[in-house]
Amino acid sequence: MGSKIPAILDQYGSELLSEWLQEILATNNRRGLIKEAELREECREFIHLFREAVHQNSLSDIHSAPWNEVRGLLSNISRIRSQKGFTPSETASFVFSFKQPLFSRLRRELAQDGEALVEDVWTATTLLDKLGLFTTEVYQKTREEVILRQQEELLELSTPVVKLWEGVLALPIIGTLDSARTQVVMESLLQKIVETGSDIAIIDITGVPTVDTLTAQHLLKTITAARLMGAECIISGIRPQIAQTIVYLGVDLAGVTTKSSLADAFKLALQRTGMKIIRTQA
Amino acid sequence: MERIPILQMGRFLLVTIQVDMHDRLAMALQDDLTNRINQVSARGVLIDISALEIVDSFIGRVLANIAKMAQVLDAETVVVGMQPAVAITLVELGLSLTGIRTALNIEKGMLLLQSALQDDLKADERSPVLPEEHAGVYGEM
Repeated sequence: MGSKIPAILDQYGSELLSEWLQEILATNNRRGLIKEAELREECREFIHLFREAVHQNSLSDIHSAPWNEVRGLLSNISRIRSQKGFTPSETASFVFSFKQPLFSRLRRELAQDGEALVEDVWTATTLLDKLGLFTTEVYQKTREEVILRQQEELLELSTPVVKLWEGVLALPIIGTLDSARTQVVMESLLQKIVETGSDIAIIDITGVPTVDTLTAQHLLKTITAARLMGAECIISGIRPQIAQTIVYLGVDLAGVTTKSSLADAFKLALQRTGMKIIRTQA
Repeated sequence: MERIPILQMGRFLLVTIQVDMHDRLAMALQDDLTNRINQVSARGVLIDISALEIVDSFIGRVLANIAKMAQVLDAETVVVGMQPAVAITLVELGLSLTGIRTALNIEKGMLLLQSALQDDLKADERSPVLPEEHAGVYGEM
């Protein structure tokens, strides 16, 4: 027994479209986010592609070849909506709201044949559910891409090595130090040491909220690596809370020069490089 | 077999590693350098590894050992010009070369050696010690 869905789509394409649009507009309370003309175009395109896919006789697997274009359209719609600020459920209900007009059509057409009606409604509902979930998946993937990109940007942003003076570098660290970040910090610091030929690097941890054993170990590694290259490191900006933590954790900072503020560290750095700052006016 | 040249500058020895180190070369350098320090009773050794791009655990260990050996032979050792990648590798391998001086480049390394040995060198000038004596003492080690 063949499904009645393809025939209905062929026959009532334009009616389905207008009913569906009404349905969407009735439930949609975010009218400002998308224009009606745009929405109409999306719906029209969806019905068109949906019909073509249905005609190719695969009503179950939306990941098969006939559904390629439908999936393409939906990922596009979903991506645009996630950027425009729709919620995932609003995005998914674009597809789900198509059930209402389609089912009422089916009911009218198959009023006599109860068995066929149930059969077709079931096919249609599983199909649209899958497509709806697909939009959610794409939505989430788009969001994840955004998060990933932001993470990478943050990583680049948060590790500037600045030159304070001839032969004196400063590395203000802001945020928690994890392994991945330390790697970047370490590499950029060492690279900068080579580039500028600096003898002293000040690592300022005023912006580091907490220090655990791992963070401390990362710091010590960076300092050792810098020392191997012939540069000396000074740690500055250790807050009282962090000093307590460091001692309680048993982290050995012996052999590392520490100063309470960046200013003190800078003063020491100048001293070591044989310079000093003097007041020109009394 | 190729060897890494060891140059003498007064009482200092200068080793510049300009080729990729392989295991045999590293061992040969270890032999040559220790012998040479002994021969000329060098007071300072400057090892320039600025051209060294890659180290593995073996080369890292040999480098650390060479530096320590020179120290044992009473020569101040300065390792200069280590590349960032090499420094990171050595730290990850747990070879932090404690007790060995480092400098960014040859120039700074030389200054470091000179200032470290200033007093010694002045003393040497006043009462020169015969090289034979050094050789005898170190030969027993």
